[in-house]
Amino acid sequence: MIPELGHFVLWLALPLAAAQALFGIVGAHRGSASWLALTPVLARAQAWAVLIAFLSLAYAFLTVDFTVLYVAANANSQLPWPYRLSAVWGAHEGSLLLWALVLSGWTVAVARFRSGLPDAFAARVLGVLGLISVGFLLFMLMTSNPFTRLLPAAVEGRDLNPLLQDPGLAIHPPMLYVGYVGFSVAFAIAVAALIEGRVDSAWTRWARPWTLAAWVALTVGITLGSWWAYYELGWGGWWFWDPVENASFMPWLAGTALLHSLAVTEQRDAFRAWTILLAIATFSLSLLGTFLVRSGVLISVHAFATDPARGLFILAFLVVAVGGALTLYAIRAGTLAGGSGFALMSRETLLLINNLLLAVACAAILWGTLYPLFADAVGAGKISVGPPWFGLVFVTLTAPLALLVGFGPLSHWKRDEPRRLLEGRWVQALIAVAAGAALTWHYDGGIGTLIGTVLGSWVIATVTIPLARYLPLRRVPPRQLVGMTLAHLGVGAFALGITVASLHSEHRDVALRAGERYELSGYIFVLESIRPVQGPNYQAQESSVQVFAGEDMITTLHPQKRIYLVQQNPMTEAGIDAGITRDLFVAMGEPVGEGRWSFRIQVKPMLRFIWGGALLMALGGLLAASDRRYRRGEVVSA
Amino acid sequence: MTPARKQRLILVLMVLAGVAAAVTVGTFAFRENLAYFMTPSDIAANAPPQGTQIRLGGLVEPGTVRRESGSVEVSFMVTDGATELEVRFDQVLPDLFGEGKGVVAVGSLDAAGIFRADEVLAKHDENYMPPEVAAALAQAHENATGTPVPDAEAGESEEGGT
Repeated sequence: MIPELGHFVLWLALPLAAAQALFGIVGAHRGSASWLALTPVLARAQAWAVLIAFLSLAYAFLTVDFTVLYVAANANSQLPWPYRLSAVWGAHEGSLLLWALVLSGWTVAVARFRSGLPDAFAARVLGVLGLISVGFLLFMLMTSNPFTRLLPAAVEGRDLNPLLQDPGLAIHPPMLYVGYVGFSVAFAIAVAALIEGRVDSAWTRWARPWTLAAWVALTVGITLGSWWAYYELGWGGWWFWDPVENASFMPWLAGTALLHSLAVTEQRDAFRAWTILLAIATFSLSLLGTFLVRSGVLISVHAFATDPARGLFILAFLVVAVGGALTLYAIRAGTLAGGSGFALMSRETLLLINNLLLAVACAAILWGTLYPLFADAVGAGKISVGPPWFGLVFVTLTAPLALLVGFGPLSHWKRDEPRRLLEGRWVQALIAVAAGAALTWHYDGGIGTLIGTVLGSWVIATVTIPLARYLPLRRVPPRQLVGMTLAHLGVGAFALGITVASLHSEHRDVALRAGERYELSGYIFVLESIRPVQGPNYQAQESSVQVFAGEDMITTLHPQKRIYLVQQNPMTEAGIDAGITRDLFVAMGEPVGEGRWSFRIQVKPMLRFIWGGALLMALGGLLAASDRRYRRGEVVSA
Repeated sequence: MTPARKQRLILVLMVLAGVAAAVTVGTFAFRENLAYFMTPSDIAANAPPQGTQIRLGGLVEPGTVRRESGSVEVSFMVTDGATELEVRFDQVLPDLFGEGKGVVAVGSLDAAGIFRADEVLAKHDENYMPPEVAAALAQAHENATGTPVPDAEAGESEEGGT
């Protein structure tokens, strides 16, 4: 019964979403007060329907109802209950339902906090969100129904992919989706503004906390994904420039540019058209990401789903959504011009450079990701673009960003003097060179290490200046300033982490038997024993590896090689000792004869700076989003 | 030219210079970072120059996985049904590597014509076959028998079960 209920309310959500779109957009056009009042009610009803559908599927998983095809394919009676829950979004159909649920959540939030906006504008925003809901609900009902019955019922389920049976991956997709889908609010605001033909600083002010919230979630989601890949999938790698990773990174880059561009539009009423375009681009890249991942067009370690019908549908949806928004933009772009002028040396220019670099980086990654698809489509052979290319382009474009980020918060709007900006900066330059040189010497690095660590230290030294100026004033600095400073500190930590972890990680694959030892980067790894252990739905061989630094034992690692009973797939669980300055990593390969097993041993310095930096960025975004001036609700025109 | 115009011109030129620099760096390095996907038959027909990075795809020929006993060094034959090629690798193999299973090896040919892999990728789960491997197997099957394979799943059935 429950699955039928879920299926029914999912169908019910479709006309509700269509009505939400109709009443919102047409109601605002006709100026009908009753239609405008009805829009948020419809939005809430639609959200309830999707929530009930989601809970129905969750119920089917918790009760391991094998009459539901999707449950039988992705769960097993031996699966522990937290993973039964996360199995809801463990594959294609359920992850789309999660997508729709998250979209409903954002829609309801907009309906709840719309008081700062004119009614007609809020209704248009909800209407555009309704259109996106229609697209996704149709997609699900036509091609990917999670409630399809399996009759007769399966005796036992096929179980969740063992790779996904992990706490990191259980929460990674929801976070990622909250971010991806959250950009739909900025998109809806931009489209609503285009329909209205008016862009003012009021709605940019209103859009900023929403964009920040989505960006924070996406930042955390990507970080979790990278962390998961490190300990579960990648044999110690943390970023592969895999197309699916790129699919989440492109909206992040565009979203970061959007945040900075929104600041200019809010404060100075400049960059209007560009901000609108970025809002459209950011969500379009989120949709493109969904298309790339869900259509199976990519040759990727992540591509779980492969079905051309789904790919065609979502491609059509992408074309309609992006094409529609861009057409609207083309029609209205002429009315968007204006805003106040600024001098060559000004905060506007610095933010323009920021946007330019982020946009070009995003475009380059888009090119590298799609090029193999184009080449294949025109019969030029099956090609892949090597990760080193992405790394080179990304580093080349972000190095100037690191150089300039410190100046942004120090500069004046409209007009500034280079002399004023540079005055006294030798202090930070000295700190940066000293810190960079010390790190380079410590890791015995070359010119690459020196450049990266000097830049990272420079960012950390310069971005804290505005906050430091509050110290003698004995006043609490505004949250937005604290947030921005934290986020930029995160950029510095990230730069340090990437530089040192990429250039100075040591990795060896060796064969060891119990009692043998191996030395790497000053650490001695001693294999104590290998013994079998029994898990709830797997069997494993577990090693005990003691790690010494000189005479002192630091830790004992317990990497495992698991065989999951249902799918019979082997899985590697690495043994990791995390530290601020270094990670020690040991993973088991396989028996290689003479009583030996193959092992992968790694020492990765400053790895945690990468994720720590990303989390600092997210924390900063969270603080900035909760700044008082966004919470007051009233709209003040600048 | 008014000072405002002049400033705007400088800004536009800066933007153009920045984009041009990025595009130059990007395209300059692009070619040498491209890796072509090839099957053993492709390599037999038209061997790439020694040292050129390629992605070799096919099935691991059953019974050909050989180890230096007690060491991580391993060698195996990759086949597309028509031709086979020896691959050597000195790192830990991925979890889903196995005889009769699909594999992609990234690396280059050495002077002896042996493929030296820097990286070996195996199927992500038992349902998933890299599309390029499936296509290569279907092509080899068609060349050998003269009849096309009904669908790409045919590659899967040649595995002989897991």
